Amino acid sequence: MDLGALFYDLFFDYTLRTVALGSAVLGIVSGALGAYAVLRKQSLLGDAMSHAALPGIAIAFLLTGSKASLVLILGAAIAGWIGTLFIMSIVRLTRIKFDSALGLVLSVFFGFGLVLLTIIQKMPNANQAGLDKFLFGQAAALLERDVITMSILGSIAIITMMVFWKEFKLLSFDPDFGATLGFPMRLLDILLTTLIVLAIVLGLQTVGVVLMSAMIVAPAAAARQWTDRLGTMVFLSSIFGALAGIVGALLSSSIQRLPTGPTIVLCISAIVIVSLFFAPRRGLVWNWIRVRRNRGRLHIEAILEDLYSLASAHDNPEHAHSIAVLRLMSSGKGGVDKSLKTLEEQGYVRSVNSDQWALTKAGVEQAQNLMKIREGNN
Amino acid sequence: MGFEQFEIQLIASVVAAACAIPGVFLVLRSMAMMSDAISHAILLGIVLAFFVIPDISSPLLIIGAALSGVLTVSLVELLNKTRLVKEDASIGLVFPVLFSIGVILIARYAWNVHLDVHAVLLGELAFAPFDRLIIFGNDIGPKSLYVMGTILIINLFFISLFYKEIKIATFDAGLAAALGFSPGLIHYGLMSLVSVTAVGAFDAVGSILVVALMIAPPAAAYLLTDNLTKMILISVVLGVISSISGFWLAIFLDANIAGAMATMAGVLFVLVFLFAPDRGIIAIARRRSHQRWEFAGKMLAIHLLNHEGTQDEERESQIQHLEENLRWKESFARRVVHYSANNGFLLVNDDRLVLTTRGREYAKESIVDN
Amino acid sequence: MHLDKVGSLNKGDLDMSENAIEVEDLTVAYQEKPVLWDIDLTVPEGVLMAIVGPNGAGKTTLIKAILNLVKTAAGQIKIYGKTSSDQKRLVGYVPQRGSVDWDFPTSVKDVVMMGRYGALGWIRRPGKEEQKMALSALDKVGMLQYAERQISQLSGGQQQRVFLARALVQDAQVYLMDEPFQGVDATTERAIVSLLQELRKSGKTVVVVHHDLQTVPEYFDWTALLNVRLIASGPVQEVFTEENLRLTYGGRVSFLKHNGENGVSNIGQRTG
Repeated sequence: MDLGALFYDLFFDYTLRTVALGSAVLGIVSGALGAYAVLRKQSLLGDAMSHAALPGIAIAFLLTGSKASLVLILGAAIAGWIGTLFIMSIVRLTRIKFDSALGLVLSVFFGFGLVLLTIIQKMPNANQAGLDKFLFGQAAALLERDVITMSILGSIAIITMMVFWKEFKLLSFDPDFGATLGFPMRLLDILLTTLIVLAIVLGLQTVGVVLMSAMIVAPAAAARQWTDRLGTMVFLSSIFGALAGIVGALLSSSIQRLPTGPTIVLCISAIVIVSLFFAPRRGLVWNWIRVRRNRGRLHIEAILEDLYSLASAHDNPEHAHSIAVLRLMSSGKGGVDKSLKTLEEQGYVRSVNSDQWALTKAGVEQAQNLMKIREGNN
Repeated sequence: MGFEQFEIQLIASVVAAACAIPGVFLVLRSMAMMSDAISHAILLGIVLAFFVIPDISSPLLIIGAALSGVLTVSLVELLNKTRLVKEDASIGLVFPVLFSIGVILIARYAWNVHLDVHAVLLGELAFAPFDRLIIFGNDIGPKSLYVMGTILIINLFFISLFYKEIKIATFDAGLAAALGFSPGLIHYGLMSLVSVTAVGAFDAVGSILVVALMIAPPAAAYLLTDNLTKMILISVVLGVISSISGFWLAIFLDANIAGAMATMAGVLFVLVFLFAPDRGIIAIARRRSHQRWEFAGKMLAIHLLNHEGTQDEERESQIQHLEENLRWKESFARRVVHYSANNGFLLVNDDRLVLTTRGREYAKESIVDN
Repeated sequence: MHLDKVGSLNKGDLDMSENAIEVEDLTVAYQEKPVLWDIDLTVPEGVLMAIVGPNGAGKTTLIKAILNLVKTAAGQIKIYGKTSSDQKRLVGYVPQRGSVDWDFPTSVKDVVMMGRYGALGWIRRPGKEEQKMALSALDKVGMLQYAERQISQLSGGQQQRVFLARALVQDAQVYLMDEPFQGVDATTERAIVSLLQELRKSGKTVVVVHHDLQTVPEYFDWTALLNVRLIASGPVQEVFTEENLRLTYGGRVSFLKHNGENGVSNIGQRTG
């Protein structure tokens, strides 16, 4: 694919521009509000909400005969909300646990949605085609007016989130404390949940009900690795979401038989994997390096102490000992030679001959220090 | 009823029964969403295995694909271990990736063969009777009936063989470990059963509706009984009722069968949720309203007892005072007084309430036995 | 919502009543199972009070009821003569340390500033003023150098100090604290105690859910013994007696020796 041509099309080709804009909006909104869903441990609630939206879409169409985004989004949002309400009531009123309630509502609502979809497909009405795009999404089918609807609703969601920034932070971190301050936490909870539902249903047309939950969870999970501040996390999460949305949607629009939802999900998952491994401080690679470094340091200190304890058996603390004894003392963990080299560079040991090593004066002091620290800790 | 229709219902019933058995343990162990993850993720396994063995009901394909379910479980656990994301988020991160790869592979490379994206979600129960198992030239019935029947038997076998171990591991993981049953082994054993069942059922009902059959009947059964064996039996029965009634609903509406089965499983759950004799919300509401009076009576008795012999006894024992200090509405307070007087707990003496000996005993008992 | 009321209240503005907290005939039940039965409790202004009692005695529930966080089945609660929803700004709260997710992406200073959110009211963001208050509160609890730390990097004792600092910036008259000594090291415990005593000296009322019976006479001047019912409440010297403790804990406490004129020490009591 010619990148230059793609960029040209991005700005001047109607379809591509619409697709890119729509996916950007989707990514920003779901990324930002997904951060709250993830922090409040509602990642899987997003999954249930998006699946539960399907019958809402079908019913909205059956009632109005319209495929306008606003109508379908509204239907989806109402159904998503009802699903959430069901989950909460089941958990509150019975002994059934949260995850069972999620699985139940998710699959039953979705099944009912499929029933309605198959009924719609058999209706003698030329207008019904395209509803099944909501299963896996189809960015190429986005129209300019869909994008306008999405942008307006998305802006409302983002602005509301920013207006109640402080309150939502309180809600996510310590709702009881918030209640003692006099904030109506229940109301705020309902508001935030509504915004999350909105974020989900906005993306359904592009990503589809089956995979939309990934757009709620993944950008936030990736963003969390890079920062320890809520503001930065929400911002990064939107950027990641938008990036994955645009790249995924463009790929799927320009390559045959590449469904949009799965492509976008693969893009955001790639970002997650990179974040999990390479994010500074939290990332696995850094963690791994830190552990290794620590282990190396501990090993070196152990050798130093071994030499010291060997030496203290003699009158002369700088008495030399064979490397074989040291190997034995470090219980065959290996790396003795390397550690001795490092210690030599630091000036703590010197080699008497190729096989015999002894502590220097500085080495004796260092070993004594280490042992003192050790005792202090115990 | 045509013979085909009978066969479809038979297959659907076997699928429902096979799903319900491991489902009971998913519900009890709070791992329901793991079945969602597994049923999505096995799509990738099915597609990959399908490229090697292009026969969806081949046992080799089923086992190969089931491995991807187990892989999902271990990936989720691996991600949990990094502590970089919360447990629920790791489930939500893992299965969409695997599922997406599966869908893309189907869309790009397998779109014109047996698998298509719709079958992934909907299953093809209506076509199941056409794929016959033929042995020595004899047609002995639909293949998927044998596949699911075998899986059902495996599930039954595994559960009855390790019934005690699974039961202990489910209700008291600590005790199980102390007794020497590896909770990890039982966990992975169950997850393998879930995976195999999901792969087998996938052909019939699609990936998401497997979840409905695994979770909805056991969740409903959980509201009907406290006994594990009964819970399994009830789940199976509810699952079978869902599938048969779902089939007829689908015929009636001319709609997708699997979706209708899930819908009926949901309807059954709602019925149980409302009307279950002990844990249904109507029973709960009734019990609550009864308890409310009893509780209010106790509260009043204890209140009077607490203030007996104190200097503010005179004030605290007046009916008017109940409104003021207990924050009871006047009508409610009068009804509680009436209830307590009827039970012989107190006497009304010019608007003043005096505990009887019985009332005093009642109050003391109430304090002790909570 | 009463968030937009006056910025900071002085004692002079308060009700004539001497009592900081008055609980009358309070009953709380979860699903018709009583957790607190008909509690009458008066907390005079300016005391440092321990609520003690066995597990499941309803100590946390009592605090939450005073804060209006749980539904009451009967009774009323007054703070300086008014209901607690009218007096939100007078009450500071230190919840149990384990009640929040310490991996939440936020800094120590940010958490402390949350104590000012009530005074800020809707929508307004914390500014310079709030930062200053947060930093000075952190200084008081000896955590100033951790102000910009991510909260997950704190030890248990440090987390507890952060929660205390958050309550301090609330600038309240009455403080309710749920197990502030839970899982903290000895240094932190001493620091918290001296802070609480300082609060009391400046005329604040402090109510603490406490587990360690031995330290009650040393740390507190007032106590309430609770086991679903209120067994006794009043000055430690008067009510912290062997008899009352036996009533509170049933047979679960074994008393080894009498400790001077006012206290008992015990072992074998189940805490947690």
